[in-house]
Amino acid sequence: MDLFASLALGFSVALDPWNIFFCFIGVLLGTLVGVLPGIGPTATIAMLLPITFTLSPASALIMLAGIYYGAQYGGSTTAILINLPGESSAAVTAIDGYQMARQGRAGPALATAALGSFFAGSVSTLLLAYFAPPLARAALNFGPAEYFSLIVLGLLVSIALAHGSIIKALGMIVIGLLLGMVGQDIYTGQPRFTFGFRELFGGINFVSVAVGVFGIAEILRNLENEQTREVMVKKVKNLWLTKDDFKRIAAPVLRGTVLGALLGVLPGGGHILSSFASYSAEKRLSKNPQEFGKGAIEGVAGPESANNAAAQTSFIPLMTLGIPAHPVMALMVGAFILQGITPGPNVINDEPELFWGIIASMWVGNVLLVLLNLPLIGLWVKMLSIPYRILFPSIVLFACIGCYSINLNLFDIYAIAVFGLLGYLLIRFGCEPAPLLLGFVLGPLLEEHLRRAMIISRGDPTVFITRPISATLLALALAAVILALLPSIRKKRDEVFVEED
Amino acid sequence: MAVQASRNDLATAAIFVAIGGYFVLESLNYTLGTPLRMGPGFMPIALGSILILLGLVVAVGAFTHADPEEDRPFPWRGIALVLGTIIFFGATIRGLGFIPVVFLSALGTALASRENNPVSAVIIAVALTILCFVIFVLALGLQVRWFGPWLPF
Repeated sequence: MDLFASLALGFSVALDPWNIFFCFIGVLLGTLVGVLPGIGPTATIAMLLPITFTLSPASALIMLAGIYYGAQYGGSTTAILINLPGESSAAVTAIDGYQMARQGRAGPALATAALGSFFAGSVSTLLLAYFAPPLARAALNFGPAEYFSLIVLGLLVSIALAHGSIIKALGMIVIGLLLGMVGQDIYTGQPRFTFGFRELFGGINFVSVAVGVFGIAEILRNLENEQTREVMVKKVKNLWLTKDDFKRIAAPVLRGTVLGALLGVLPGGGHILSSFASYSAEKRLSKNPQEFGKGAIEGVAGPESANNAAAQTSFIPLMTLGIPAHPVMALMVGAFILQGITPGPNVINDEPELFWGIIASMWVGNVLLVLLNLPLIGLWVKMLSIPYRILFPSIVLFACIGCYSINLNLFDIYAIAVFGLLGYLLIRFGCEPAPLLLGFVLGPLLEEHLRRAMIISRGDPTVFITRPISATLLALALAAVILALLPSIRKKRDEVFVEED
Repeated sequence: MAVQASRNDLATAAIFVAIGGYFVLESLNYTLGTPLRMGPGFMPIALGSILILLGLVVAVGAFTHADPEEDRPFPWRGIALVLGTIIFFGATIRGLGFIPVVFLSALGTALASRENNPVSAVIIAVALTILCFVIFVLALGLQVRWFGPWLPF
C-alpha cells in the first residue's frame, strides 16, 4: 500500500463523526490540562485510561493522543499569559512569550504559538506517516537480543536528555525497573516482592504509579508554597499577525519543526529538550540576539513549533517498535494493551485502520486545536482564574475513583498514596520522576528479552555484541552516556537547562 | 563548624540504598538460576545491587557541595490530609458507599490547602460529589453502591 492509499484509509477512519468527536474531546481536555498548571497530560491520561476501555480501540487511542498534543498547545497559553508553564515543554515559551504579553502583544504571541504548532504538527504527521512503515518492517527482524539492546538504549538516552544529576536519573530508572519486577515471574510463575498479597501477583498497577508520581506528588509540591496566580491579561486582542511578524517567524518555525521532529524520536524528554534547543539556536542565529528575553517573537515561534513537532514524532518508536519514548507514550502502551492490542511492528499490518487512523487523526486534531485555541482564547483565560484550592481536590478524587474503576481493586488506591509519597520525596530531593515511570514500563520487557535472548544463545552473553544491530544499539547507548558525562557537554547541557529559570 | 553536605543528596542516597537493599535481600529467597536459564532472582539481585551502588555514589558526592537553596518547609498538613484521604477512600469505599466517601474525601483534601476555610471546603465537597456522581456513576456506569452496607439506610 502506498502512502496516499494509506493516508486515505486513515482519513476515512479519522473523519468518522464519532472519531472526530473523540478527537475533539481529547484535544479539548488536553488544552484544558495544558492550560492549568499543576496537572499535566500524564496524570490526565492515566486517570482517563479506565474510561477508554468502553470505547473502540481507534476512538480510545485517538482521544488519548489528542490529550497529549493538545496539552502541548494549552501549556503555551499559560506560559504566555502568566509566565508559568502549564507544561514543562512550554517553559521556554514563557521567556519571550510573557514579555510580549507585558508589552500588550499577547495576541500575536498566542497566534504565533498556534500557527507554529499547527505547521509543525502537520509536517511531522507526514513524517510519521512516511517513516513509520519502513521502520516497522525493519523491526520485524528484531530478535530478543535486539529488543534488549534497544530498551537499554532507550533508557540510557532518556537520562542523557533529562536534566539534573545523571546518577540520580540512573537510580530512578533502576527503581522503576525494580518496581516493574513486582508480581509473578514470567517463566516460573513465582510471586516476587508481593509481601504475600494476592493483589500484587499481577504486578503494581501502572495507573496508580503514574497518578501517584505525577499527580499526587505534584499536588504535595504545590502545597509547599501556596500562592495565587495572577492573570495579567484579562482580554486578548489583535490575534492576527502583521506581514512583518510573518516574515520574522517563517524561518524559526521551519527550523523548530526540523529540530523537534528529529529530537522527538529520542527517548526521554525529547519534546522538552527540543524547545530548549530551538530557543538557543534561534538566539544564536538571530541578527539581534539582545532582543531575546525581552519579547522576541522568534523566541516563541521556534520552541513552540519544536515541541509540537516532537510531540508528534515521539509516536514513531511507540507505533513501530512498541517501545515508549516517555511516560505519556508508556501510558499509550497501557491503552493499547487494555484494548487487547500489543503495540509494535505488527500493528501496521494487523490493524491498518487503527494505525493510519491515529496518524490521520493527529492532523484533524491539529486543525481542531487551532479552531479551539484562537477564537476561544477568552474561555481559556477564564479557566486560568480557577483557584488551585478548588482544582487539586478534584484531581485527588478523580485519581482515586479512576484507579478504583479499572479493576475495583482497593490495592490500586493504596498504591497511589504510597507512590505519591515516594514520588514527592524523590522529587523534593532532586530526582526526576519521568525515568522512574519509563523504567517501570520497560522493566518487564527488559527482563523478558534478556532471559529469552540468553536461552536462545544457550547462555552465551556475547550474543548482544556479536549480532550487528544489537551491537550498534549498545554502542550508541554507551556513547550517549559517555557524551552526557563529558565535562564540556555537561556544561552545555546545564547551560541549556539553566535558561528555564 | 557544620560539615558542608547536601542533605537532599544524602536523603536520596538513603532512599536508593533502602530500596535496593530490600530488593536484594528479598531476592535471596528466590532461585538465582544460571546465565542460560535465569531464575526469578537474577534480575532483581543485579538491579538492586546497582541501585545500592548508585546510592553510595550519590552519598559520596553529597559531601562535595551544599544544597543550593534554603530548605522549603514540609507541607505536613497537606501530606497528612491528601495521603490520609486516599487511604480513607480505599478503606471505606465498599463499606460506606460512593456518595458519603466522595463527599468526605473531597472535604478532607480541600482542607489540605491553607487557603480553604471550613465553609469553602464544604462547598467544594458538595460540588465535587455531584460532579463525580454524574461523571462516574451516571455517565460511565461505575458499578458501586451509592450508600454502603455500613450505613443504616
